[in-house]
Amino acid sequence: MGSILGTMGCSSSVADRKSENVIRAAILIQKWYRFTMARLEMRRRYSLSIFQSIEYADEQDQLQLSNFFTFMLDHCTHPEADSQIFTSPSAPQVVDEDFSLKEFEKKIAVPDSYYGPRLSFPLTVEDANALLHAFRNEQLLHARYVLQLLSETRRVLKEMPNITHLSTSYSKEITVCGDLHGNLDDLLLIFYKNGLPSEQNPYVFNGDFVDRGKNSMEILIILFAFLLIYPNDLHLNRGNHEDYIMNLRYGFTKEVSKKYKDHWKQILSLLRDVFSWLPLATIIDSKVLILHGGISDTTDLDFLNALERNKLKSLMRPPKSGTNRQDQVKKKTPVTKPSKHTASQHVAGKTQHISSSGFTEPSGSNLPPDPALKEWKQILDILWSDPRSQNGCTPNKCRGGGCYFGPDVTAKLFERYNLKMLIRSHEFKPEGYEISHDGKVITIFSASNYYEEGSNRGAYIKLNPELTPRFVQYQVSKLTRRQNLRERVGTIESSALKSLREKIYAHRSELISAFAQYDTNGTGRISVNDWAAAMESVLQLELPWRMLRSQLAQMNPDGEVDFMSCFYDLKMGQPIKEAQPALAETLCRYRKDLEIIFNIIDKDHSGLISLEEFSQTWRLFTSHLGIDIQDDSIDKLVLSIDYNKDGHIDFNEFLEAFHVVHRLEKKATS
Amino acid sequence: MFLFADVLVAEIEKKITETFEVFDRESNKSVDVREIGCIVRALGCFPAEAEVQKLLEQIEVEEPGGFVHLEHFLPVMTKVLLDKRFQPIPEDVILHAFEALDENKCGYITKDDLVKHLTQGGEPFTQEEMEDMLAVALDPETDILHYRDYRIKLVVDETKTFPFNG
Repeated sequence: MGSILGTMGCSSSVADRKSENVIRAAILIQKWYRFTMARLEMRRRYSLSIFQSIEYADEQDQLQLSNFFTFMLDHCTHPEADSQIFTSPSAPQVVDEDFSLKEFEKKIAVPDSYYGPRLSFPLTVEDANALLHAFRNEQLLHARYVLQLLSETRRVLKEMPNITHLSTSYSKEITVCGDLHGNLDDLLLIFYKNGLPSEQNPYVFNGDFVDRGKNSMEILIILFAFLLIYPNDLHLNRGNHEDYIMNLRYGFTKEVSKKYKDHWKQILSLLRDVFSWLPLATIIDSKVLILHGGISDTTDLDFLNALERNKLKSLMRPPKSGTNRQDQVKKKTPVTKPSKHTASQHVAGKTQHISSSGFTEPSGSNLPPDPALKEWKQILDILWSDPRSQNGCTPNKCRGGGCYFGPDVTAKLFERYNLKMLIRSHEFKPEGYEISHDGKVITIFSASNYYEEGSNRGAYIKLNPELTPRFVQYQVSKLTRRQNLRERVGTIESSALKSLREKIYAHRSELISAFAQYDTNGTGRISVNDWAAAMESVLQLELPWRMLRSQLAQMNPDGEVDFMSCFYDLKMGQPIKEAQPALAETLCRYRKDLEIIFNIIDKDHSGLISLEEFSQTWRLFTSHLGIDIQDDSIDKLVLSIDYNKDGHIDFNEFLEAFHVVHRLEKKATS
Repeated sequence: MFLFADVLVAEIEKKITETFEVFDRESNKSVDVREIGCIVRALGCFPAEAEVQKLLEQIEVEEPGGFVHLEHFLPVMTKVLLDKRFQPIPEDVILHAFEALDENKCGYITKDDLVKHLTQGGEPFTQEEMEDMLAVALDPETDILHYRDYRIKLVVDETKTFPFNG
């Protein structure tokens, strides 16, 4: 490029020459700065891309687990398998309809040493303020008040229709908030900026209040308290995370069991009911439809308004339908990971597909469509779907439930119901909101820093009586000095790469064998192309592998990738003693899922399960795989699993047992 | 020789596609036209804004909405990379550029001078661009840019993480 003090016209004066230099220098600096910023932007984008791909892949995995759950629960030796999960012989059960406030008061004592808020029903604004104050100071609300609050909330929600109708009368602005996911700071920030809920300040919260963040319980308590105080001005829609099976996986169940060691079972049981009583959607001025996920080409608002919403405690398992169920479930369920292109396998044990045309027909039978299944699909669609810019309605292969709906689907729905706007949440957006379908669809996401400090803003919508939306963005920051863009991107990027490396480690053996297939000469090196292809096919994540290569593996001067370098320097948590490398990797991959199963079996949450309980589970699992195993083999296995011979199996021993299962699974499905 | 050229083109096309897809929000092989400058730079090129505009004239932009499809972008960008256009500028040249703005040759530039030169001359920064640069570049206590340090800070960062290095 040469020096900028280049050739000039010989008639220029010194001053002219100087200013020309200055301009050229400016151009150079501007060019260079924009170059640097563009690459920073690219790093930011692919970091977010990594987070999202892994998140969606996890959600797909979750469906795999729920196939097993359904099977387990249906075939458990105990008849009321469902409610048994949360039982133990001693503790009282599923909280009864008639359990009044007084009963809780009688049965649960609040010690004098408790300095948290003491609620009195009916709640007033003072109670709400006391709660806000307590939670800002990281106090917990006592279990008795939690149960009373939940019981009252259920009572009030039951009276509400499936779809709430609101109006912006008397120039009231309505505020709509999206996913909070346990981020209490965001809720407090919203209240600080926008004021507390009241008759003059109505709010709609559009689902996903819980999971992932660490204050899901506190968010629920605050929202429910305001609901009781201002039932006509604080409105809640159900999200896909208001679902007890999702909560098992994504952290809410754990949060409750840790915070409420004595009463978590009752609380969760009551919550399961409360969630199922949350309204499904809100409509403002008959023109603006607000619901959590989206729509499909079969969405029927009248049908949705008429069904019994509380019957569906979880959407992760299709409802028990009529006659064919017994035969269907005995068939072997596919246990391999669903590929991106066959996501309709999420109906457990059955060989049918939920097509975008709405109805399911058990294959090979002439039964009429199952109404329970239709109800399930209608709700699944509105809680799980995502908008896309292409026309049409296709199964949502990323999530494994709901659909992708295009502008034509939106237009048709609007025409049918005379709507003007759809406000939904469910999808992370870096700016906290996004407008699509030519202004007709708005996504609002209120959890700032969702993936990592600095990853995104949150936002809420202010709707005036003309129904023009105004967006307010914010971002909670724990750092006293705001990070500049470069630092933010650096943080996000390291966090994303850490998650990615964990996934790489978890798939180590598969990756090594994939690499080996390209490495025909056994040199330990393969081309970048081959490396990228192997990574993508094993991990099933659509990521810019060539771009990421320099962060993940070493390359030699010839331009080839030393593929074993992917696995250097990986430190994984606590190694299990006696574990072999293959085992450690399997454990890493299945750990979360197995933790859930273990916690279900471990009814009294003692960290140990009895040999008998384990043996029952084992029998179930092997029959699920269609493998015939003699009883005494199971006994032998069970005894051998109990390494320390204390008559009980702890989580580590449990994981070891499933290593064996993993091998059996592979054999069974190959 | 032929085979080598084919392989090279294929490799380049893959790189371009990967980078393009990072900016392709909805995975439908198209990006907002305003992101093209970013993508070109992310691929290692060093164009001026005017040069980006000229490049865009060769690429069909879909209206309404201003979208660019991968299939139109790919051939144009492949040629850019094969021809090695818009090559990055060596560090010392950037240093000279800063020196040119440093009228008194004292090794630093004041905030006001920086703002004046970069928002009024050349291909002016937007307010946001200027603020972002100042946030990183200026010594917060003295509001002065010590350009030798700044340059080093950024350059070291980039060579560590530049994806298509080597």
